[in-house]
Amino acid sequence: MNDGASAFATALALIVSGDPEFLGIVGLSLGVTLTAVLISCVVGMPLGALLAVARFPGRGALVVAFNALMGLPPVVVGLLVYLALSRSGPLGALGLLYTPAAMVIAQTILVTPIVAALTRQAVADLNAEYDEYLRALGADRVETIGTLLWDARFSLATAALAGFGRASAEVGAVMIVGGNIAHVTRVMTTTIALETSRGELALALGLGIVLLAISLGVNAAVMGVRTQAERVGHA
Amino acid sequence: MEERPDDRPDLPPHLRPEAREDGRGLWPVRIEDATLSAGGRRLLDGLSFALPAGGVTALMGPNGAGKSLALRMLAGLIRPDSGAVRWGAGETPIKGAVALVFQRPVLLRRSTAGNIDHALAIAGVPRRERAARRAGLLALAGLERLADRPARALSGGEAQRLALARALAARPRLLLLDEPTASLDPAAVAAIEDLARRIVAGGATVLLVTHDAGQARRLADRALFMHAGRIVEDAPAARLLAAPRSPQAQAYLAGRLLV
Ligand SMILES: Nc1ncnc2c1ncn2[C@@H]1O[C@H](COP(=O)(O)OP(=O)(O)O)[C@@H](O)[C@H]1O
Ligand SMILES: [Mg+2]
Repeated sequence: MNDGASAFATALALIVSGDPEFLGIVGLSLGVTLTAVLISCVVGMPLGALLAVARFPGRGALVVAFNALMGLPPVVVGLLVYLALSRSGPLGALGLLYTPAAMVIAQTILVTPIVAALTRQAVADLNAEYDEYLRALGADRVETIGTLLWDARFSLATAALAGFGRASAEVGAVMIVGGNIAHVTRVMTTTIALETSRGELALALGLGIVLLAISLGVNAAVMGVRTQAERVGHA
Repeated sequence: MEERPDDRPDLPPHLRPEAREDGRGLWPVRIEDATLSAGGRRLLDGLSFALPAGGVTALMGPNGAGKSLALRMLAGLIRPDSGAVRWGAGETPIKGAVALVFQRPVLLRRSTAGNIDHALAIAGVPRRERAARRAGLLALAGLERLADRPARALSGGEAQRLALARALAARPRLLLLDEPTASLDPAAVAAIEDLARRIVAGGATVLLVTHDAGQARRLADRALFMHAGRIVEDAPAARLLAAPRSPQAQAYLAGRLLV
């Protein structure tokens, strides 16, 4: 059972056999992470664009705050979300602790600053170039932000992929608020951590291989986005 | 080789300047005794001139004289420290009435047609009219075959023609052109001048910054000579170019360095 080679063989068998429990864990992971990334993009991209374009008191402090939040330790986020969602916490009545929703909330908090900060940087660079042209056209605030977001679309795709990469590899926060309950909140990273500590290497290894493939896929997608941007002369 | 769009039709009515009835008019567009300083340097120093409706005015002068600053003021992008910029009785330009083509065109990361569509949308052209307007502008600039090309992959001459065509999206009455043919080959220069002539024939007023005396002679009826942040000579173009009276214009046109 502790033999590495036989664990690896069992892991491969798990992947190719389409074991329902295995697939359930992978599916839940992707579902939670994709939902969190989607919410982060919907919130973080307009926010990042606004921070890039608007001039208001405290904007500089907000930019610094978002850049700092990019490096937020996941376990701290997990702890804070736990405190908020626990039965005696301010949102305890919602009963979300140890549900996929709690994991989505924690990952959204982790990913939104990344998406917002990367969006702000890309949009600010573009705005430096477009500002006078758009003002000369008489574009209003909404038209300006819309133009900048669309023209930064390749950078925004990269920002979303960076957020997805961070969320899918994250353990600490989802462990604390999700709890790794079988068939309810078991995701790849937490399962790997727990199964490994229990010496159940086959399942851990199988999930590790899938996680590695996702990570490679994200990197390939980032490169693909970059190549496409250069190919169409939009870089 | 640049494609020269000299067999192109005249400016169709829907691309000509649009009279906007807003009760305060646009003319004359003028700068009154403007000063502007930055970094302890006086960039504009009592700049004054007025543009009545119609015709082509060439704005000439050495690098650093403040020509581009003057254009950006007339487009409403910057304000003078003292003095004033006026559009008729207005203190801001009417949206779409003044268009500025930058020396280095700012092209959006979209196709050629996408750049025009964007300008049409900002100008408030209803969606159902945009295709016809876009086709007219592409034809005018001889860019039909390049409509789907990424704009930033266009050659210098093509990019400048796109910038010019795109500037017509809002049917401006005053067109400000900042060295539109700098660093273009002769065929591309001819294409731009041809386009400019048709725009003027369509009824727009043009202020053209150029270092090319021949170009000023070919296109302009009036010339302004600017030096160190103010106008030092204002005369019919033919006269100023043939027999400049200010020492600064004399030195500039003779190719001598100005201090
Ligand atoms: N934003 C700015 N800050 C400081 N100096 C500027 C700025 N913009 C232009 N200048 C300076 O103002 C002078 C006039 O500039 P410009 O109008 O671009 O000259 P030109 O006649 O060559 O178009 C130049 O010396 C330029 O360096
Ligand atoms: Mg200039």
